[in-house]
Amino acid sequence: MQVCRLAASDLSCRRGERVLFRGLSFALEAGQALQVAGSNGIGKSSLIRILAGLSRPYSGSVEAEGTVGLVDERPALDPHLPLGKALAFWAGIDGAAEPDARLGLAPLLDVPVRYLSTGQKKRAALARLLGQRASVWLLDEPLNGLDTAAVALVEKLIADHCADGGVALVASHQPIALPGAARIELADFAL
Amino acid sequence: MSGALFHILRRDLGLLLLGGRRGGSLLPLLFFLSVAMLFPFAVGPDPVLLARTGGGVIWVAALLAAILPIDRLIEPDLELGMFDQWALRGISEEWIALTRIVAHWLSFGPPLMLAALPAAGLLGIEADKLRIVEIGLLAGTPGLAALGVTVAALTAGLRGGAALGGLLVIPLAVPLLVFGAGSLATGGESGLALTAAASLVLLAVAPFAAGAAIRAARG
Repeated sequence: MQVCRLAASDLSCRRGERVLFRGLSFALEAGQALQVAGSNGIGKSSLIRILAGLSRPYSGSVEAEGTVGLVDERPALDPHLPLGKALAFWAGIDGAAEPDARLGLAPLLDVPVRYLSTGQKKRAALARLLGQRASVWLLDEPLNGLDTAAVALVEKLIADHCADGGVALVASHQPIALPGAARIELADFAL
Repeated sequence: MSGALFHILRRDLGLLLLGGRRGGSLLPLLFFLSVAMLFPFAVGPDPVLLARTGGGVIWVAALLAAILPIDRLIEPDLELGMFDQWALRGISEEWIALTRIVAHWLSFGPPLMLAALPAAGLLGIEADKLRIVEIGLLAGTPGLAALGVTVAALTAGLRGGAALGGLLVIPLAVPLLVFGAGSLATGGESGLALTAAASLVLLAVAPFAAGAAIRAARG
């Protein structure tokens, strides 16, 4: 795994006229994970998008080293394509092999993406993430729609990723077991 | 990078070409032919009048056919989150816009040039004039494609984006139309050269304009 690091200093985020949070700082070195917790609408997704460089913070700065992988509510898979082909598109760009067997997607590869359930799409998005071999993981509500077995699997994937020297930031309102992970309550930074 | 663009172009073509999920090239083609077919019914069968106005009709029909898939060029991929994932992989919006212009042009340019043959028959356009129409379409349709993708990016995420897109393309396409159809009246190469020039300017500007618009739409 390449050298990776994710740091934010004095971040604040504004949505329209409202400042969602301010003064948020953290630094994640290789092998570390961070859980961002908070209720709906507190700015978890906005934070993830800022960290991914997809939107600009109101103030503050983000420092990311290494490739960044993102899983959010949109799986970025063509709805009309069979899952296998939709994943193959990203595998072609990322130079990845078959989707990870642990995700149990093998029986679903012929099913068009639009017929997949929320949890199945989430697992497919995780397969895309694993294929990307990104060193910094940004996961926005990775447990949405997942059953207990899949929740345990996601927890294990994150633990493995960190053990391999990766960085993971998980935004979730659900409890998620991340041994050794730091935890930030976004509400502490709200106004 | 080029490998990634190749995959993206292949996906774009799969979506936009004949039978693709985003309309495909069949619809613009049939639209174009039906306009060429309706025109003689509307203005009457006078062959002199038809031959004189036919070239212009082909150009207007080509413009309208290029507008048809405009709402499906950029917006669906923004909604799917494709652009976010491409951005994370360091593939810039400009490159993707350029790739999409190529795919959009392939989906309607060559098919329209083929369909211009039967359309010319319907409108009674002679062979030497048809040659100018075909060269003009070859020179002008890439500019229409560039315009289409730019406006699609500008209107992505807006309510009523499809109608607005069509409305925005038409005035911007005036130079192409004037030079393209005008080359028929003068019968000269200068009109074709100006069509190609307008097309090249649009092609040069479009990826940057569309790229900036996509980033702005992502907010």
